[in-house]
Amino acid sequence: MAFKMLARDWRAGELRVLALALVLAVTSVTSVGFFADRIRQAILRDAHQLLGADVLLDADHPWTAAIPDEIKRRGLAFAEVMSFVSMARGESATQLSGVKAVSSGYPLRGKMRIAPALNAPDETTDGVPEPGTVWVDERLALALERKVGENLQLGDASLRIGAILTLEPDRNGSFFNIAPRLMMRIEDLPATGLVQNGSRIRYNLLAAGDSGPVNEFEIWVKTRLGRGETLQSLENASPSVRQSIERGEQFVGLTALLAVILAAVAVSLSTRRYTARHLDAFAVMRCFGTRQSRLLALSACEFAILGVVASVIGCALGFLAQYVIAAFVAQFVDAVLPTPSPLPALQGLAVGMALLLGFALPPLLQLKNVPALRVLRRDLGAPNEAASLAWGLGLVVIGALLVWQAGSVKLGLTVLAGFALCFAVFGVLAYASLRFAGRFGSAAGVTWRYGMANLRRHAGANTVQVLALALGLTAVLMLSFTLNDLISTWEKKLPPDAPNRFLVNVQPAQIDDVQALFREAGIAAPAIYPMVRGRYVAHNGQPINVEAMEERERRSVEREFNLSFMEAQQPYNAVIEGRWFSPDDLRTGAFSVEEGMAKRREWKVGDTLTWQVAGRNVTAPITSIRRLDWDSMRANFFVIATPALLADAPASFISAFHLSEGRQAFANSISQRFPNLTLVDMSAILKQAQVIIDRVVQAVRFVFLFALAAGVLVLYSALLATQDERAREAALMRALGASRSQILAAQRAEFLMLGLLAGILAAASATAIGWAISRYVFDFPYQINYLVGLAGPLAGLACVAWNARAGARAALNHPPLLVLREA
Amino acid sequence: MSGEAIAIVGASGSGKSTLLGLLAGLDVPTSGTVEIEGQDFSSLDEDGRAAMRAKLLGFVFQSFQLLPALNAQENVMLPLELAGVSGAEQSAVAMLKRVGLGERLHHYPKYLSGGEQQRVALARAFVVKPKLLLADEPTGNLDAATGSAVIDLLFEMNAEAGTTLVLVTHDEALAHRCGRIIRLAAGSVVN
Repeated sequence: MAFKMLARDWRAGELRVLALALVLAVTSVTSVGFFADRIRQAILRDAHQLLGADVLLDADHPWTAAIPDEIKRRGLAFAEVMSFVSMARGESATQLSGVKAVSSGYPLRGKMRIAPALNAPDETTDGVPEPGTVWVDERLALALERKVGENLQLGDASLRIGAILTLEPDRNGSFFNIAPRLMMRIEDLPATGLVQNGSRIRYNLLAAGDSGPVNEFEIWVKTRLGRGETLQSLENASPSVRQSIERGEQFVGLTALLAVILAAVAVSLSTRRYTARHLDAFAVMRCFGTRQSRLLALSACEFAILGVVASVIGCALGFLAQYVIAAFVAQFVDAVLPTPSPLPALQGLAVGMALLLGFALPPLLQLKNVPALRVLRRDLGAPNEAASLAWGLGLVVIGALLVWQAGSVKLGLTVLAGFALCFAVFGVLAYASLRFAGRFGSAAGVTWRYGMANLRRHAGANTVQVLALALGLTAVLMLSFTLNDLISTWEKKLPPDAPNRFLVNVQPAQIDDVQALFREAGIAAPAIYPMVRGRYVAHNGQPINVEAMEERERRSVEREFNLSFMEAQQPYNAVIEGRWFSPDDLRTGAFSVEEGMAKRREWKVGDTLTWQVAGRNVTAPITSIRRLDWDSMRANFFVIATPALLADAPASFISAFHLSEGRQAFANSISQRFPNLTLVDMSAILKQAQVIIDRVVQAVRFVFLFALAAGVLVLYSALLATQDERAREAALMRALGASRSQILAAQRAEFLMLGLLAGILAAASATAIGWAISRYVFDFPYQINYLVGLAGPLAGLACVAWNARAGARAALNHPPLLVLREA
Repeated sequence: MSGEAIAIVGASGSGKSTLLGLLAGLDVPTSGTVEIEGQDFSSLDEDGRAAMRAKLLGFVFQSFQLLPALNAQENVMLPLELAGVSGAEQSAVAMLKRVGLGERLHHYPKYLSGGEQQRVALARAFVVKPKLLLADEPTGNLDAATGSAVIDLLFEMNAEAGTTLVLVTHDEALAHRCGRIIRLAAGSVVN
């Protein structure tokens, strides 16, 4: 019976909008769900390989021999890895590369793959590069213009390229990996001369074996870890990658819910229409003796079948849509993704049914209360008592969906509050402008006036439409224009001669030669600043208690820190508290610290800090707090000491300079003269970051398109809800002598205004959000993009175009004779 | 004849509404022609007939049929504006005063009683100075007292304007106030 009813209602076109809304909501949620699931599975699949071992010990300094000895004593497999970034040189080209020096046996878990030449088929290998040879990845080979069998220069050593490295099991997304890979034997490292004071090198020890001895070793080693030493096992492998993917999934998942919320409005509207249209049918069935409960069960069944079918279709579409998302982000997901599990489909089904429960059930419940007497007295409609229930149940369902997607009650409710605030602001604005448009309309011609009068009369319902459309449009405008504007404004803000290269790792003996090289090339020698590595050990004489700190904070305290020293203040630093080093300070010793770090660590002017530098403690008071312009791309330091404090500590030097286009040869000559120097091309890194941002934005924009589609659907379902009324009124107007074109003009005026209002509202909010971000986040003046002002209303009009057509057709389809028949 | 009042009576399904629809050009006859003021109504297209209606016809419906989005004055102005007549506002105000609603110009239909709504409908019908006024059961939705007051007003205004009135009704007493009665049964005129 329920199937029959469904078939009949479907044929009558009663349920199509409802079904479409459900499909859209489920598609939106599952497209994100499926994609996230694939990523999650890939991480799980690769987890055992991610470390290249069962246990990985990581440190920013060389390990003492005791630990490797213990690993070997316990009969575990052992390997050693050192990694750092350095310049590699070919004949004429140089390239910053991520160097990984490995001992034989690496990796202990998983396998590497190498190819004998570029673009040749690769195969797994059990070995590591032969002494005197390196393996490079495709990017490095191309950048250096070197083939397998040719030599490259790394530091002082000339090494032969033995193979193209196509896969490392333990490669993840840190900065080292952004640079192309160079893999070499750890035994060849001394010959390069790259391991020097101040070189940033990670020292890894790898161990693997049976789970029993591995666990015992883990327990043994945990208690012996010193500062800057960490242990990673399968449980905490790559927490940063996992965390950032989870964050991303959460964010995109929440944006997907915007479409769900808007679809909920469409579900609610179309169910109301269904209810209104079925009142008579139900009254007649009641009259024939059908019980209330049976009537309710019948329609509930009908909706449940519809819900399941629509959700399944939504899941299928979501599955297809996730390939689009995957294509957008393929560039930086460096692995073959497994096929998704069925779990997101179940979640999609749950979303579809939850929407029905929250937004279709309450109006449906009204049907069971239809009095049989309605067959005689048509004015006896359904009681409206379920209205408050509808709002309440809907809110609970949306709240639950948000909490579920956010993974935390607090975040979920915060987002719910955010959405509610957003809806309230948009609602008030839309309502006010509809009222205003209605008033403004009365001075214009009759068709316009009639259109505006309709807007005003249905101000409440029209507010919902404008709101839904404007929200979807805002999201799309934000991602299409505002974000790009912000990024380009920020780029433009950089002076044309802002430094774009960092020169790192300059040794004290090289300073004069490096500066001479600049002068020879006709480039003003840049300022060179010393960098001394130190560890933060005490604040106001109190030793730092790392145990009490959060994981992230603890890591940042435990790692070695770059301190600098200088007499004169850097011109682009501003002292905001205290004063710069006085002659007295220079004599007795003092620190100047950066504002943000001072706030995080609760440092104040007058506090004393103790740093452990090269094995001895250095203690001095803070005499100033500085504000830095991080955007300046210059060498900036969190902590600067007076020279007397650090001058005799081992230091390397850093400099930042501007290299104009076409002077790449100069960069090459620096690398050739001083092989140990690292030249970081900031513009290349910025470009890469820009590419990643672009791709993410595109993926998110794609998800927001679902929200826009849901907004249009709300519009359409609202149109359907008023269609009968529109048709009757159009027929009456024609009886009174209105021509078709006059009726069409009135309809157009109404939709034109709806679309324009939504578009203007969206453009205004995208601009306001852009302004707020530039003002409060980036701190630069916002330049209004007038294109947004044009694109918003145009997009709004495009979205209502279909509705205007459908509305007009419906209005003209009814013969004017209807006014006599229905009288 | 101009200025004449004619009642059309007949049982349900006798074809009263069909005849009214044909007279108003809301429908076209399958055979024969409808002429108003010497114009063949049935030879015109839909918009042509609408233009004729705007020029020549006034309507009063059983269920008033005011546009809910427009207030009383705007409802009365509507046919004038559709026909492009200037001074619509003044004419509408004058006509509403004539039907005794001078104080309720800016009220929306939902705030007016049934009798008031039908008086607005009368004002709307007469404001275009129609040659022919078609009234479909004008008292059908009103109680007896209100109904008779509305009918009195209808006949008064009809006499003032010299409009030809065609009135469809069940009410024999009302029918007899008209100069001529046409009885319909099963789609045919019986006398």
